[in-house]
Amino acid sequence: MTPPRKKKLNLKKRYELMTRGLDWETSYQKMDDVFPYDTFEGIKITDWSKWEDPFRLTMDAYWKYQGEKERKLYAVLDSFAQNNGQLGISDARYVNAIKLFLTGVTPLEYQAHRHFAHLGRHIRGVGPRVAAQMQSLDELRHAQTQIHTISHYNKYFDGFSEFPHMHDRVWYLSVPKSFFDDACSAGPFEFFTAISFAFEYVLTNLLFVPFMSGAAYNGDLATVTFGFSAQSDEARHMTLGIEVIKFMLEQHPDNLPIVQKWVDKWFWRGHKMLGLVAMMMDYMLPKRIMSWKEAWEIYFTEAGGALFEDLSRYGLRVPKYADIATDEAEHISHQNWAIFYQYTQAAGFHTWLPSDEEMAWLSEKYPNTFDKYYRPRFEMWREMEAKGERFYNNALPQLCQTCQIPMGYTEPGDPTKIGFRSTEYAGERYHFCSDGCKDIFENEPEKFSQAWLPVHQIFQGNCGGADLGDVLKWYHMDNGIDNMDYTGSPDQKQWDAWQSARKRVAG
Amino acid sequence: MAVVALKPGYADAVEIRDRRENFHGNQVVYLHWEEHLSFCAATAFPLPPDMPFGALTEQLIPQYYGMHPDFASLDWNQVEWKINGKPATPDMSKSLAENGVDHKTLIAFRTPGLNGYKGSCS
Repeated sequence: MTPPRKKKLNLKKRYELMTRGLDWETSYQKMDDVFPYDTFEGIKITDWSKWEDPFRLTMDAYWKYQGEKERKLYAVLDSFAQNNGQLGISDARYVNAIKLFLTGVTPLEYQAHRHFAHLGRHIRGVGPRVAAQMQSLDELRHAQTQIHTISHYNKYFDGFSEFPHMHDRVWYLSVPKSFFDDACSAGPFEFFTAISFAFEYVLTNLLFVPFMSGAAYNGDLATVTFGFSAQSDEARHMTLGIEVIKFMLEQHPDNLPIVQKWVDKWFWRGHKMLGLVAMMMDYMLPKRIMSWKEAWEIYFTEAGGALFEDLSRYGLRVPKYADIATDEAEHISHQNWAIFYQYTQAAGFHTWLPSDEEMAWLSEKYPNTFDKYYRPRFEMWREMEAKGERFYNNALPQLCQTCQIPMGYTEPGDPTKIGFRSTEYAGERYHFCSDGCKDIFENEPEKFSQAWLPVHQIFQGNCGGADLGDVLKWYHMDNGIDNMDYTGSPDQKQWDAWQSARKRVAG
Repeated sequence: MAVVALKPGYADAVEIRDRRENFHGNQVVYLHWEEHLSFCAATAFPLPPDMPFGALTEQLIPQYYGMHPDFASLDWNQVEWKINGKPATPDMSKSLAENGVDHKTLIAFRTPGLNGYKGSCS
């Protein structure tokens, strides 16, 4: 007689036992006092148990998977370091894209870790609380793996060493920083909509696909490795994003207008911030994968279009100004690179003018705009460089009160005119780069009137001094080393020396 | 619109960072040369309100915009001005304040006939 088999729980049951019923209804304290954050935004939740976990992942399985990924990642990184992987990249100019990523994005991963930990405490429903706790750990892991990966480049290239310090101070890094501060200082449901849905679901492919393919095309195996290691987490985060939206919309009809307003806001904020990625794809990769415009068409117009069609059954519509963002995909990378070219003296990475070959690529990819509006700009600067009169903008730029980017964007439909918008609040005038940014301000003027605008802070005397040299010191940027054009930089000299040494060995 | 905030009285505790009082007697003024977008955005300056408007055309604009190839042909008598979006005829001898320039004012100028490198608005 065979012994009776031990009963094994099926996956769903096991999952339920390990994730549900772990909390209780409080009796000495009011639930609203224990969970003060999840009601003030006006989102109405009638039944938290209706939450469907997108991934039925328990903590024990989570540790196991992540541990395995971690071992693989560090094995690849070790071999990259031992084989001098930095010599295998397409060109040292490429590293400047990584500088922007480390100083701009990696600190956001850490902020995401902190804020998901906060949500993992403060959401009343146990399902989303567990999801937020796991994502909090993911984000900490992403920050760590990125720092480990990039620390290798820090041994050989300038501009990396002060990344956490720079993130809190540098004028253009205030763009990603203020974006995330805005999300973290909002309530939990707005944060979920901002980060989990708008950023990680709607726009994430625009960041990760180009960034990781760009790294692969340019021989940066270290970055590709952390990208792959993060990818399975990202899939989980995306699913959390869509689940949160559906949950809010299914719980109560009053939630729709609130959610719609957040979707409009965070789509626009994400679009402006991703302009940095646009510039990286079109100007900073020595070997290019696809243009920003092509990426926008595939990942927003097509994929985003299908998503919002699906969500229309809840009454949610395509984000406001999506048509304008699509129009801007023809311009944003050129306009952003022009900003950094003329403010290279205050940038923590190197800049350059596109070569003839690169301009031919841009003409082909942007037949409607490049030759007419942007090629002449670069040709003028090239002529000036040839005469020894390299074009620097020595005045500080006007910044948008909302996105904090220099107000360098043109009117929809007229690329020869800068778009200026302004409004008044409490007796003060505020300026914006677009209707999208102006709307965001007007919905929450109390919040955005407190913006820490880097240019105004310099004028108020809060950034180390009034001269460029003082401000660079306060940024911890080494003048003549971390900033200015690639040509003539210590990075270039070093790279050229390595390349000629390799030729000598080979020849 | 009512403020959505967890803390009661949030709106009253707001501290606007860029009030004029925070600029040590100066006010922020923005300058913009239309149809010359090689200057990527309008430029910002902390200026005393009693500075004569003429100091813009005599000092500030030549210093910060003078490197543009169009600048040598610029005729100030032809220039069209806009202050906060409205056409204006500034009196060069009078102060910024007397010309209606206050904190965070945008002064735009257009130079008919000069519209950027090879007419490209760059």
